[in-house]
Amino acid sequence: MQIKNAEGVHMRPAMQFVDVSNRFKSKITVSNDKTIVDGKSIMQVSMLAAGYGTKLKVKAEGPDAKEAIDALRELVEVKMFGEPPPKGITG
Amino acid sequence: MEIKKGIAVSPGIAISKAMVLDAEEYLIPRRSIEISQRMIEVQRARNSFKAAIDELAEVEKKGGDIEEQSIKDIFAVHVRFLKDKALQKKITDLINKDLVTAEYAVSTSLREIAAHFAKVKDSYISERAADIYDIEKRLLKQLLGRKRKDIETLKEEAAVIARELSPTQTAGFNKRFVKGIATDAGGRTSHTAIVARSLGIPAVVALESLSEVVRGGDIIIIDGNHGLVIVNPDYETLSQYHKTAQEFEQLEKKLSELKEKPAVTRDGVRIVLLGNIEFPAEAHMVLDKGGEGIGLYRTEFLYLNRPTEPTEEEHYKAYADTVGVFKNKPVIIRTMDLGADKFTQSKRFVREPNPFLGLRSIRFCLQNLEMFKIQLRAILRASVLGELKVMFPLITNLQELMQTKMILHDVMEDLDEENIPYNRNIEIGIMIETPSAALMASSLARDVDFFSIGTNDLTQYTLAVDRGNELVSTLYSPVDPAVLRLIRTVIQDAHKAQIDLSLCGEMASEPENVMLLLGMGIRTISLTPPMIPEIKQVIRSVTIEDCNRIARKVLTMNTERHISSFLRNATRKILPEAF
Repeated sequence: MQIKNAEGVHMRPAMQFVDVSNRFKSKITVSNDKTIVDGKSIMQVSMLAAGYGTKLKVKAEGPDAKEAIDALRELVEVKMFGEPPPKGITG
Repeated sequence: MEIKKGIAVSPGIAISKAMVLDAEEYLIPRRSIEISQRMIEVQRARNSFKAAIDELAEVEKKGGDIEEQSIKDIFAVHVRFLKDKALQKKITDLINKDLVTAEYAVSTSLREIAAHFAKVKDSYISERAADIYDIEKRLLKQLLGRKRKDIETLKEEAAVIARELSPTQTAGFNKRFVKGIATDAGGRTSHTAIVARSLGIPAVVALESLSEVVRGGDIIIIDGNHGLVIVNPDYETLSQYHKTAQEFEQLEKKLSELKEKPAVTRDGVRIVLLGNIEFPAEAHMVLDKGGEGIGLYRTEFLYLNRPTEPTEEEHYKAYADTVGVFKNKPVIIRTMDLGADKFTQSKRFVREPNPFLGLRSIRFCLQNLEMFKIQLRAILRASVLGELKVMFPLITNLQELMQTKMILHDVMEDLDEENIPYNRNIEIGIMIETPSAALMASSLARDVDFFSIGTNDLTQYTLAVDRGNELVSTLYSPVDPAVLRLIRTVIQDAHKAQIDLSLCGEMASEPENVMLLLGMGIRTISLTPPMIPEIKQVIRSVTIEDCNRIARKVLTMNTERHISSFLRNATRKILPEAF
């Protein structure tokens, strides 16, 4: 999934992300081209420092994997963490 | 074994296990632990997470009316971090693998994360480093706060080691269990020094990096007589110190028997011993040690370690409390002596190229009359409660003295108008601590009731030596012939004018100087309270005739080296046990 809000995954989006992933039983990992981290840890997710435009690979393994991915995609790409996109670009 | 040298600020010897107090304002030093302590430190780290979460929940509950969503978000983010299992694991792994304290593990882990954020190019994300520092502080506050509580409820003896101690930290100290104090920072007048002296426990300060070297539970020797701290002493050193500590205790006990006996020479000359204090709490110690009053009540503490200048009532209470302890015994209050090396919270002190030659002490007071008058009013009001006297520091010429007295009279007139009682005949004195005042003593004497010779500043100003500067501090000596000549002048002029005279510098706490001072004509000495018994012992062992002979001889000598070795030998002959 791609980060579409202007300010990227700073603290508040990271919090929203882990709040969503912690609702699911599945093991969730997030990776950029360098690191793979635990999608339920705010420390690790925020340390990815994913800015606008970054592509993240989100993987879920477990009984509710599909629901988890759908919910996270909704948060990241559709709701865009409730934040605006960069100026001049519409979601 | 490691030996550290600092400044001795409270005498005695403590041999005890170390308890290290860190502070969240400073970098937490790396401190290792024993393998057996791992579980304890891991548990402490876990508890600090729990407690920090509880604290945040409490804040959120109370701050129910915080409308600002962004602030709510910040707290919410902090809670997520505190509940983050990966973060907790990172910290507990560090404790387990590297064998370090919970404080160190928390601090380094979070600082590492903060450093990671600071490196990110996206400025919006990199600014989040500040949040991480906040979380670090929250956890340290829990860890250290708990430790402070532990000190208050301490059930076994400990030597407290810290970078620096604040009043909140020392407030809970219990003399029964806190056996000694050693700090990296501080000086003779620092908060730690004052607390240690008022509690009567040994203390050494200015030890630079001691708190980084010591681990909780290490055996520590604090030698408050020589300004040494020994970490994990070897067997030989330890048994030597056990012996010394025992002897010191026995000596103290023997000296305490002198408490009720007068300070009188073998040939019947009565000497008055007074105490120098910096803190009302020390007043009791002066009496305990057999002091007959206070020869120097330093009032700087009222201005230090606080956000605002003291009110008249605060001044009054500090003086009234002390006078209350002494009733009809003399209490000499020295007006504010700040500047140079100690400052008020006031921004009125500007940086000066030569602070010791600058706007300090009485000079500062005379340029800040409003503040000065508050102190004078409080002193005058307290003067009806006992034998209170007022003393002005750093007088350098007669005009300054006249101006100061005029201001005192202004304040008296104000009190008259308001019908507030005070002692109209309060005795007024000055410190003789500049060469100019010593040289002009005969004329200054006509306008005061007493002199007190302050040998610390007098020595510094006469010899042009800053004794805190180790490059030249060996030149600093109160028995330098130049200083002694000035002291002799002051004594002669005070006698001629028939005014009271005392000496209140540190030189009076050195047994080898006592005979010289008595021989030169000093009959009243004011000194640090713990030294009163020992100096009394010296006085009771000598005759004035011996003292006179020694003084006559010393005043013919031309070098400091000659004089100090002569005094040492002379004292050793008469008082072998003093060395």
